[in-house]
Amino acid sequence: MSNVGIVIVSHSPLVAEGTADMVRQMVGDEVPLAWCGGDPDGGLGTSVEAILAAIDKAWSEAGVALLVDLGGAETNSEMAVEMLPEERGGKVVVCNAPIVEGAVIAATEASGGASLQDVRRTAEELSAL
Amino acid sequence: MSDTDPRLRDIFETTAQAVIAHADELTELDAAIGDGDHGHNMKRGMQAVLDELDTLAAKPWDEALKAAGMQLVMKVGGASGPLYGTLFMTLGKSLDTPPTREGVAAALKAAIEAVMARGKATPGQKTMLDVLVPASEALAAGRSPAEVAEVAREACAATKDMLATKGRASFLGERSIGHIDPGARSSQILIETIAGKFGDVK
Repeated sequence: MSNVGIVIVSHSPLVAEGTADMVRQMVGDEVPLAWCGGDPDGGLGTSVEAILAAIDKAWSEAGVALLVDLGGAETNSEMAVEMLPEERGGKVVVCNAPIVEGAVIAATEASGGASLQDVRRTAEELSAL
Repeated sequence: MSDTDPRLRDIFETTAQAVIAHADELTELDAAIGDGDHGHNMKRGMQAVLDELDTLAAKPWDEALKAAGMQLVMKVGGASGPLYGTLFMTLGKSLDTPPTREGVAAALKAAIEAVMARGKATPGQKTMLDVLVPASEALAAGRSPAEVAEVAREACAATKDMLATKGRASFLGERSIGHIDPGARSSQILIETIAGKFGDVK
């Protein structure tokens, strides 16, 4: 698929999955989408390993935009992006946007074939409101 | 490999065990001003380091530190994973083998700068940096291991009266005052334990 992919990273698998459900219902299947949530033991938290797997699942040559919730999700996501192979790392961004609204609006933008930069900018405009 | 060091296994093992032994205390500190998972997360990360001890002990210092850092990144599950992982990995990347005192001080400075970049934080925000930075400066100034440990202990205690402006505790604003920062405490435990391997620490 040539549309930008979306990855949702929450401390809670329920929040991540629910956000992904909303994206699917509101935007459809035109966008590669993956989610992850929970620490390596299944408690609340995030896992670099799971984030890397989600990026892989939602991979698109157009790039992947990550929507994250609190602190550790952002730090772990940035760590995961740095650990990607060089040819992929430059095509993955962490958006500074609210996770649910950001994911829906980023996916909407992505479904129209927007570039990674445009997807990110649209999501981040939410934070400026 | 020829440049393995018999002390490495002991230092990694003792340090990981010290953090694990304080897991409940770290979680209590975090419950007061954060999300109450710091001890649990650090315990999981350090247990992963212990699980890899045989592999780590067969490596030279730089490679062992990088590998231990990677364990923390992958296993901790909170922001402290990438933060401590970055600290250890950058230490490994910056360290000369065999390590010298000057080399360790320079590598620690580089590693702390990498942690600042990773966490987008600076000293004075009630974080692990408020222990790591003064301890690193004491080491660079040629202070003894016992003195470095003492600096870390005082710096950790001093986070109690600080206002958190970074991390989850910053959500609490003024209510963050009056509690020791859990990341500062885990950093202090690391420094005190490692310093104890190189000198008499009270």
